[in-house]
Amino acid sequence: MEPKIVIDSLSYTFADGTRALREINLQIRPNQVFVLFGPARSGKTTLLRLLNRLSDLTEGSQISGTITFNGRNIFAEGTDVITLRRKISMVFAVPTPLPGTIRDNMTYSLRMAGIRDRSVLDDRTVTALQQAALWDEVKDRLDDSAFALSGGQKQRLCLARSLAMQPEVILLDNPTSGLDPLSTAMVEESLVILKQKYTVIIVPHSVQQAARIADSAAFMLNGELVEIGDKDLFINPADQRTEDYVTGRFG
Amino acid sequence: MTAERRNNIATILITLVAAVVVIPIVFVIAFVIIQGMGMISWEFITSAPTNGMREGGIGPALLGTILLTLGTAIVAMPLAIGAAIYLAEYAPNNWVTRQVRLAIVNLAGIPSIVYGLFGLGMFVLFLGTGTSILAGSLTLGLMTLPVVISTAEEAILSVPPEFRTVSLSLGATKWQTIRNHVLPHATPGIITGVILGLSRAAGETAPILFTVAAFYLPELPKSIMDQTMALPYHLYVISTQVPGMPTEIQYATALVLLLVVLLLTTFATIVRTIMRRRREW
Repeated sequence: MEPKIVIDSLSYTFADGTRALREINLQIRPNQVFVLFGPARSGKTTLLRLLNRLSDLTEGSQISGTITFNGRNIFAEGTDVITLRRKISMVFAVPTPLPGTIRDNMTYSLRMAGIRDRSVLDDRTVTALQQAALWDEVKDRLDDSAFALSGGQKQRLCLARSLAMQPEVILLDNPTSGLDPLSTAMVEESLVILKQKYTVIIVPHSVQQAARIADSAAFMLNGELVEIGDKDLFINPADQRTEDYVTGRFG
Repeated sequence: MTAERRNNIATILITLVAAVVVIPIVFVIAFVIIQGMGMISWEFITSAPTNGMREGGIGPALLGTILLTLGTAIVAMPLAIGAAIYLAEYAPNNWVTRQVRLAIVNLAGIPSIVYGLFGLGMFVLFLGTGTSILAGSLTLGLMTLPVVISTAEEAILSVPPEFRTVSLSLGATKWQTIRNHVLPHATPGIITGVILGLSRAAGETAPILFTVAAFYLPELPKSIMDQTMALPYHLYVISTQVPGMPTEIQYATALVLLLVVLLLTTFATIVRTIMRRRREW
């Protein structure tokens, strides 16, 4: 199967000279849950933010290498970043609803893309909320403030809000960091359904979560990619460092 | 000396300092109210001065000040808010931008008479507006710019950065993000800045001295190219230039000027409070 995303000798340096990523090579196939795991400051979030060029917001950083999405280098001159972000959508670690109602949040990306048709907006809202397993809880209060939701509901709203754009790839940066086990389970379950339609790239909350949800996984350490594999990576890692991390010897 | 005693002494000293600041203000306002209150009437604030300004009211001056304040708002608001958006959202963080910020801070500290002279040279003479409401509004607007830019920029920067990141990640353009998720939340702060700037402009004498203010002009202005009387300058004139001026009229004029400024600041406070209460996060 054609890979959805190809990362080729990608390096990334912050303005202060810190090297966040070194020579990353990675291929991500479509319709699977791809897990990027490793200890803090290993470059996972930085890599996620590069994938839809939210990294543009960080002034003065330097990028070398390429990320190819659907056959095109996203760093090439003339890349339409707005369209890229509609196709590769991000859910952040801290659930951040935008001020406004649940419906406002759900339709924001569509309205910004110029869609005005009320029936389309409503349709997408319902479908996306169902996909994110939130519909039953909010169907009667779509016009209430998004800030009235619980933490777990907010995070599923953020996921649903991304899905409403009908992206091709969903980036999830530790989406269950602040959630209780029940909400975490709901998010994890929805991933199984989501991968049928989307490519899911996720930075997990823990090694245990990584092992539960991964179809493929990559272990990162100090900005380097140590090892790539499938579920087997958590049972039979090839690299000593991966084994030490997976078995809890450090991290 | 124990820490507790030092704490008590500090509390007393700081309370004293606060009192030293507040008491004179209360005293001045009370004094003006007591001295001027008797004259205040609808008649006084609407009719023109008569008998060499020793009788009659302050109507033309009050109207002039209102017109000049509006003119200042029209000149300063779009420019200042635009500049604030540029500085907060678009300007690269480099040497040039830092110099621009420094220049704005310094402009806020320039004495108002310098703005007055600049207005005279630039608008009245060079651009040929003559002494007119237009020239006065431009000069006051210019003087107001730095204060409004600084407060508006601060208000824009205080909008949580996550809103920008999230909005951009949902495929919004930079301008859509600013329109939908930065400006609405910065509005209370921006309005506060605008009105504080306007209340300063309403009370200034020096900038209007050479650019718009008429010594005595009982008829009302017909266009923005006309001169007008204005409260601060009128107050200056009747306090120093008119022999045998009744003090009640002087204090009543001062009281009206105080009320105009107070009204503006109260309005700013109310707007800010209401909009803050509606904020959700």
